[in-house]
Amino acid sequence: MSLLSVEDLVVRHGLLQAVRGVSFNVERGETLALVGANGAGKTTLLRAIAGAHPQASGRVLFDGADLSGAPSHKRVGMGIALVPEGRKLFVEMTVEENLLLGRTAGRPGDWTVDRVLETFPNLKPRRHARTGHLSGGEQQATAIGRALMSNPDLLLLDEVSLGLSPLVVDRVYASLQGLISSGTTIILVEQDLNRALAVSDKVICMLEGRIALAGDSKSVTREEVTKAYFGLHRKSAGGVSA
Amino acid sequence: MSNQIIQGILLGGYYALIACGLSFMFSVMRIINLAHGSLAVLSAFALWLLASRFHISPFLGLLIVLPLMAAIGWALQRFLLERSARGGALLPILTTFGLAIVIDNLLFEQFGADTRSLAPFIGSLSYDSWEWPGGIYVGKLAVIIFITAVVLLGGLQLFLTRTGLGRSIRATSADPDTAGLVGVDARRAMAVAAAIAMVTVGLAGAFLGMRATFDPYAGAPQLLFAFEAAVIGGAGSLWGTLVGGIVLALAQTLGAQVHPQGFQIGGHIAFLIALFIRLSASGLGLRGLLRLPARKAS
Repeated sequence: MSLLSVEDLVVRHGLLQAVRGVSFNVERGETLALVGANGAGKTTLLRAIAGAHPQASGRVLFDGADLSGAPSHKRVGMGIALVPEGRKLFVEMTVEENLLLGRTAGRPGDWTVDRVLETFPNLKPRRHARTGHLSGGEQQATAIGRALMSNPDLLLLDEVSLGLSPLVVDRVYASLQGLISSGTTIILVEQDLNRALAVSDKVICMLEGRIALAGDSKSVTREEVTKAYFGLHRKSAGGVSA
Repeated sequence: MSNQIIQGILLGGYYALIACGLSFMFSVMRIINLAHGSLAVLSAFALWLLASRFHISPFLGLLIVLPLMAAIGWALQRFLLERSARGGALLPILTTFGLAIVIDNLLFEQFGADTRSLAPFIGSLSYDSWEWPGGIYVGKLAVIIFITAVVLLGGLQLFLTRTGLGRSIRATSADPDTAGLVGVDARRAMAVAAAIAMVTVGLAGAFLGMRATFDPYAGAPQLLFAFEAAVIGGAGSLWGTLVGGIVLALAQTLGAQVHPQGFQIGGHIAFLIALFIRLSASGLGLRGLLRLPARKAS
């Protein structure tokens, strides 16, 4: 049984259909990259999986359980954690307080404040600093650490490199590589195609709310993804049911 | 003069206590609760009923009334405020205004217009005092109220900063959607916050009844004092509320020294000065407030 099954999912922003009948599976321990142009529906899809945006129709099954109607805090308790676009930290709280908030759902697991600080060493001296005073890289590390503190089975990362310098992005991805190696299941929304293909097992390219291309990251070529990105090519490669 | 200052500071403890719940609801739930004073009077009437009918001391009665007030707060948030908040920022204000009228009139229907007090049920505590050097008499009840205010404000501060539930409430207050994404049940957090606010209102109502008289329509002046103390102290700041309460009480005491009718006027003047300083600091001076919108070119 797949860890996550998205079946014919439709999500609307008012009258606009942002996600139009999307279906795919994610197996335990896999990293799936979601790529696509701005407005393709990637963020809306992640937010719908996390329960932050209501679904109009279709189903999201997590570990066999239908998540329809479950609010976001219950999904965190079930093991889904989202690192939202723009970090969305509580800027009046310290790094430690933001991390401790991640424990609210009370899922058992190994993630502690100390372990997050070891995973993201740049946060160590900033433990008691307000997150509003942090650099972009430190804020992103805090946002990822906060999600990890809920001991998730599925980590949803939305544009973790957005607004960061290339050097900082390298550092964030170096930390993510450790998570991927440890077997954490991840869905990653990323604009940088090379990075997305390098770190993921599978890739889905979205276009105007639909899956334009899905396949194994190792077998799909950059050119194929680029064509799908611009709507020049529709293909479903092996490995991902789309 | 030192006697007046000490009495003013102690009275400030009561104002801080009554303003505490208003400030807490405003800072955490972004709601200006216009039923605040009426709910405090409701608590005072509940304690009076327990004392007069069942001979339960008001202090013991708090063990019954405070949980009831917490339940009222929880229910108010779940069934009234949460729903009205969906209609925009103005609707909760109108809702609590309506709630105040309902509470006042229900109390009037049940208890009539007579003024009442809890003082007869607390023995000599209502008038006992300590004599300090220099011929200064300090009321025991006033000291108890002041200490209660400090402990309550400190406890709330510790609760919000040091406990998981307190962090959840702060997170929900800052951004309910993101709070949900980190596992916080935002509805529960707000209901708990409302319950806590109502417990502080219940305490304030108890001390209102012990130190003075009250009637079904006594809520409005209590709301006014709470509002003034909260604004002077910086609405939303718990320790600021204590400072605001003390400044308000000192201004009232000073006003009473100037003119026998100047007690409330002194407080209102302090409130207006603090209000204009705050508006000026935020770039909204009197001129800004009075500025009319520019006419659109036709």
